[in-house]
Amino acid sequence: MSDIEQIPVTMTVNGKKVQRFVEPRTLLIHFLREELNLTGPHIGCETSHCGACTVEMNGMSVKSCTLFAAQANGAEMTTIEGMANADGTLSALQEGFREMHGLQCGYCTPGMITRAHTLLKENPNPTEDEIRMGIAGNLCRCTGYQNIVKAIQYAAAKLNGTDIQEAAE
Amino acid sequence: MIPGEFTYHRPSSVAEAVAILVSHGDEARPLSGGHSLIPMMKLRMAAPEHLVDLAGIADLKGISDGGATISIGAMTTQNELIGSDLLTQKLPIIRETSLLIADPQIRYMGTLGGNVANGDPGNDMPGLMQCLNASYVLAGPDGEREVAAREFYEAAYFTALAPEELLTAVKIPVPAAGHGYAYEKLKRKVGDYATAAAAVILTMDGGTVSSCSIALTNVADTPLFASDASDIITGSTLDSATVDRAVAAAEAITEPASDGRGPAEYRTKMAGIMVRRALARAAERANG
Repeated sequence: MSDIEQIPVTMTVNGKKVQRFVEPRTLLIHFLREELNLTGPHIGCETSHCGACTVEMNGMSVKSCTLFAAQANGAEMTTIEGMANADGTLSALQEGFREMHGLQCGYCTPGMITRAHTLLKENPNPTEDEIRMGIAGNLCRCTGYQNIVKAIQYAAAKLNGTDIQEAAE
Repeated sequence: MIPGEFTYHRPSSVAEAVAILVSHGDEARPLSGGHSLIPMMKLRMAAPEHLVDLAGIADLKGISDGGATISIGAMTTQNELIGSDLLTQKLPIIRETSLLIADPQIRYMGTLGGNVANGDPGNDMPGLMQCLNASYVLAGPDGEREVAAREFYEAAYFTALAPEELLTAVKIPVPAAGHGYAYEKLKRKVGDYATAAAAVILTMDGGTVSSCSIALTNVADTPLFASDASDIITGSTLDSATVDRAVAAAEAITEPASDGRGPAEYRTKMAGIMVRRALARAAERANG
């Protein structure tokens, strides 16, 4: 047993307030997955590169493998588990990823959708370049990104009430 | 990939943070955005016993316009630098550089203070701050002192910052209105450190360069202020012979490592090419 004191951490995750005592060295990704059983955020590279662990914290996309749970004390957090519409139907982004075949193995998808969610809040009508730069911190080894970009364009168009132009490749 | 144990501190003032640093000496490390320190802790290459999270110190946030000088709080993030209208207007080279650092998620967390204080030669802001002739405000138990960015870096991860000091702000003299600027960075992929990079600020007067400042990133143990190259360009019309001489002078001060980014000779040549491109683009953007 460690002689380092456990510290209280309180945050609101997907609209629900949670409190736990954690070791200070607990990473946010481990807190989410192991304490809260939210296994949507994935552990991919563990080195801040791949973005599979991306969650939204206080309106910012962050890589939860590179943050201590203690740093998120008091934060508002959204994970892929909090993405669906209130009535349980798929959000525009989730629908876009399905309609445009924005995933194959699916490992990167929670991070991709969570990142794209924040991107579209900041920039509701992004150009293709802005989408590509916006998801530059998320790696996908299956799709070649084409259909991910289209999935995000689909969601942007749906949220803006405009026509969806492209078909999946 | 789990860090060693540490005690977590979250002070709410600079004085409180400095007191914690004083009582624990080099067993304590300040935590800003954490995107250099936490990966090092996960690899157990850093194992501080006391981590001093600076996120609760409101005084370390924000950008203030002092007219001739802009002061940026150490905990201001790259994303906040990118979004600042004041910087876009007065110091657009900062936005251009921040956009070339890491990726969006990391720019929400990564801070200016962390980037300049860490002493990692791969970081982009130290070279830029040398180009801009910025100075760093260091708070310690005996009060504040200022150190010029051009004097701050001693070797990789060794700087003028003492273990019980905190870098609280960066003060940047505002370049003349109409100045030209460019930050040119060669990297292998998004999120990579520079193979070589160059920052240039210059002012023009009727086709002649009236002032010029050049600095280099990641081609030595420290960022490099290229003072000879800067002097060669100043007073010239940027004719090709002069630019060639300045590029040679910049290449001459590099001492890059041979690593995954290429052999040393290649990185030196790339530093020269970054200087050449940055000079051309800065001149294009300059008025006057």
